Amino acid sequence: MTCSGITLYGGRVSTPTFPSTPDLPPPDPAAALSVRGLWKRFGDKIAVAGIDLDVPAGSFFGLVGPNGAGKTTSLSMATGLLRPDFGTAAVHGTDLWARPDEAKAMLGILPDGLRLFDRLTGAQLLTYAGLLHGLDRATVADRTEDLLRAMDLVADRDNLVVDYSAGMTKKIALAGAMIHAPRVLVLDEPFEAVDPVSAANIRDILRRYVDDGGTVVVSSHVMDLVQRMCSHVAIIAGGHVLDVGTVDAVRGEQSLEDRFVDLVGGRKGSEGLEWLRTSSGSS
Amino acid sequence: MVAHFVRLKLTLLANTLRRSVWQTIGLAVALLYGLTVITFLVGAAVVGGRADPALTGQVLTVVGAAVVLGWWVVPLFAFGVDSTLDPLRFATYAIPRRRLLAGLAAAGAVSVPAVVTLLAGLGAAFAWASDPVALLAALLGAVAAFALCVVGSRATTTLLAPLLDSRRYREILMVVAIVPLLAVGPFFAWLGSSADRQVDGSGVTVTTTGPGEELLSGITTLAGIASWTPFGAPWALAGAVHDGAWPAALARLAVVVVTLAAAVVVWDRSLARTLVTPRGDGAATASRRGLGWFARVPATPTGAVAARCATYWVRDPRYAASLALVPLLPVVLVAVALSSGAGTELFLVVAPTAAFILGIGLSNDVGYDNTAFALHVAAGVPGRADRWGRVIPVAVVGVPLVVAFAVAAVLVSGRWDALPAVLGTSLGVLGVGVGVSSVASARLVYPVPKPGESAFKTPQGATVATMVAQAVAFAIVAVLTAPTVVLALLGLFGVGSGYGWAALAVGLVSAVVALVVGVRWGARVYERRQPELLAQVTAFS
Repeated sequence: MTCSGITLYGGRVSTPTFPSTPDLPPPDPAAALSVRGLWKRFGDKIAVAGIDLDVPAGSFFGLVGPNGAGKTTSLSMATGLLRPDFGTAAVHGTDLWARPDEAKAMLGILPDGLRLFDRLTGAQLLTYAGLLHGLDRATVADRTEDLLRAMDLVADRDNLVVDYSAGMTKKIALAGAMIHAPRVLVLDEPFEAVDPVSAANIRDILRRYVDDGGTVVVSSHVMDLVQRMCSHVAIIAGGHVLDVGTVDAVRGEQSLEDRFVDLVGGRKGSEGLEWLRTSSGSS
Repeated sequence: MVAHFVRLKLTLLANTLRRSVWQTIGLAVALLYGLTVITFLVGAAVVGGRADPALTGQVLTVVGAAVVLGWWVVPLFAFGVDSTLDPLRFATYAIPRRRLLAGLAAAGAVSVPAVVTLLAGLGAAFAWASDPVALLAALLGAVAAFALCVVGSRATTTLLAPLLDSRRYREILMVVAIVPLLAVGPFFAWLGSSADRQVDGSGVTVTTTGPGEELLSGITTLAGIASWTPFGAPWALAGAVHDGAWPAALARLAVVVVTLAAAVVVWDRSLARTLVTPRGDGAATASRRGLGWFARVPATPTGAVAARCATYWVRDPRYAASLALVPLLPVVLVAVALSSGAGTELFLVVAPTAAFILGIGLSNDVGYDNTAFALHVAAGVPGRADRWGRVIPVAVVGVPLVVAFAVAAVLVSGRWDALPAVLGTSLGVLGVGVGVSSVASARLVYPVPKPGESAFKTPQGATVATMVAQAVAFAIVAVLTAPTVVLALLGLFGVGSGYGWAALAVGLVSAVVALVVGVRWGARVYERRQPELLAQVTAFS
């Protein structure tokens, strides 16, 4: 009585897991996160067209790309939130789609643009995340306190998350991604809407986490931030990886921003908008 | 400018249709439904107008007044019913307010409910086809009423926007709105029973005025009052003209014009205020000490999911609204029983009905989670934990509640012999409902109001998908509980008391089997389809 492939809404769902394809090179077992040939199509639009990436263990890895480059889709597929049409992902050598429980236990995920269980208070949400990961009560309680303090949310612990500001919501979601002490953190736009002080605190937390042997993957389109913060970077556009390596190797003599613009292209200059100059200001 | 707004509205409509075929089907169904209503209404009005113009005029006034009142009030509860042209979205464009007002009014007239209202009003005017002057007045009245609907609804929503912006008020309002909705049933029961007795002729009770005349005089009184209110006045114009009561007609016209003018002024003022007041959640934030249920459940994923669901049943108005329905059920049935004289045995259905609502209420739980469900996927929550966690709060509250309802019903109706049959049916329905829901919510996800939206807001185009999904779930529950129900009915209608006990046994066994099998099966489906479930709820938002 299995009725595979029937959905009431949206596209067709392919239920079976993917056969491991022989023509793909195997994932790098030494890498913290290793993806091979990830493909995803939404309707007529190919969002991700065959991405291979190895995130070295212990690196602070930046994923940059213009809007609509496929960053979020790639990260969703690399973390088990979205089933790829094709391709594999492995976390520290564990195949994410074959052994999801083991792989997901090593991953901490901050998705972008998804909701939280926001009718819970901040403390409840962290407790919920901790218990879902199978931690015992004492550990959850300790870590909840530590995380609330680190994120500067102690005063709002008993307020509903739905009443939090955008930045506070981001911080509580980030705390929820860390509570089970994952070995790899995958953060989609972690600094969006976060105030500069909190952002600096979060950067310190992440840096310490990397120093202690953890691996962080962040997506961002703030090049300056990635250049200062990350050890490695991948530039993706149009669903492809354009360049990948250590930040210094990728940018060479240029700033990361210039290198990015060179690779991605699409600079227009401001010709054609002469009328935008106010008559008093232009000479 | 007005043309711009209308075109914008039409473009927005066309673009939503492009997004999914279900929305096109939804719109087609809505249009079809509207056309059916119009045809029926106009037909009834024309036939009635030929037979008894005075009575038809009164009925039209009462119904019309209800429609206008609905236009004014319903958007407050189902806020955001039509937020496509939220005035705030035009705040940054320097549009003169007068033109913005005219544009928004014109755009407000372009929607399925608006078109249906206008056509039905104009069509119903032909009840006066035999009297050309009254017909003219009726057509004028219909247009005026339509204007009142559109402008009035904009005025009330814009005026109360600051209040509606506060999450607190909105949510309280939403749960409170259930009460009048529930009153609709008893009202129609009363109406129906009055009509019954009228048709019956002989009448059970002998009073000075027969029950049929009671209904008629009720309508006359209601129409008399409504025709002087802003809601009923436009509809009552034609009646006054027909009677030759020109002063009354003029006075009603004055009521309409003054109301319309007042609504425009109120709308204009509030719009002016809205445009310079940024929107924000003004409400004081709700604070809860401690961890609540999370401190009381076992520290396992199952316990965590159960604690979260229990918290949501109380704190999320979308759940709370359906929870509030359950204790109100007996009240409604008491009203029906008293007004229609159906007898206290009607209470025996309370417990099975409550069980059905509770059980089937779980059938789209992942849809209610919306994309927050990503946390379950990210944490790799085992299917068993997810399914049992969602079932436990319903079972813990549901079983004692249903048993209490069953015992109370038996007590009130005095049918102690019915207790095993009622208990068996109720617990059977609850168990089967929860079991079926556990599979259904892993299998079929359909769009529901998003977290924070009104429980009465139906996502566009969702209706058909929702109906299909629910019909399938209902059918399965019906089939699986059929043996219990048949045995219970045999027991109730005195074929033999043994049948009642058999119903209890079969009900309990089917409940436990359906629950265990349903949860296990649901868990397997869930584990296989976690990312697909997430992809589906993501597509809704």
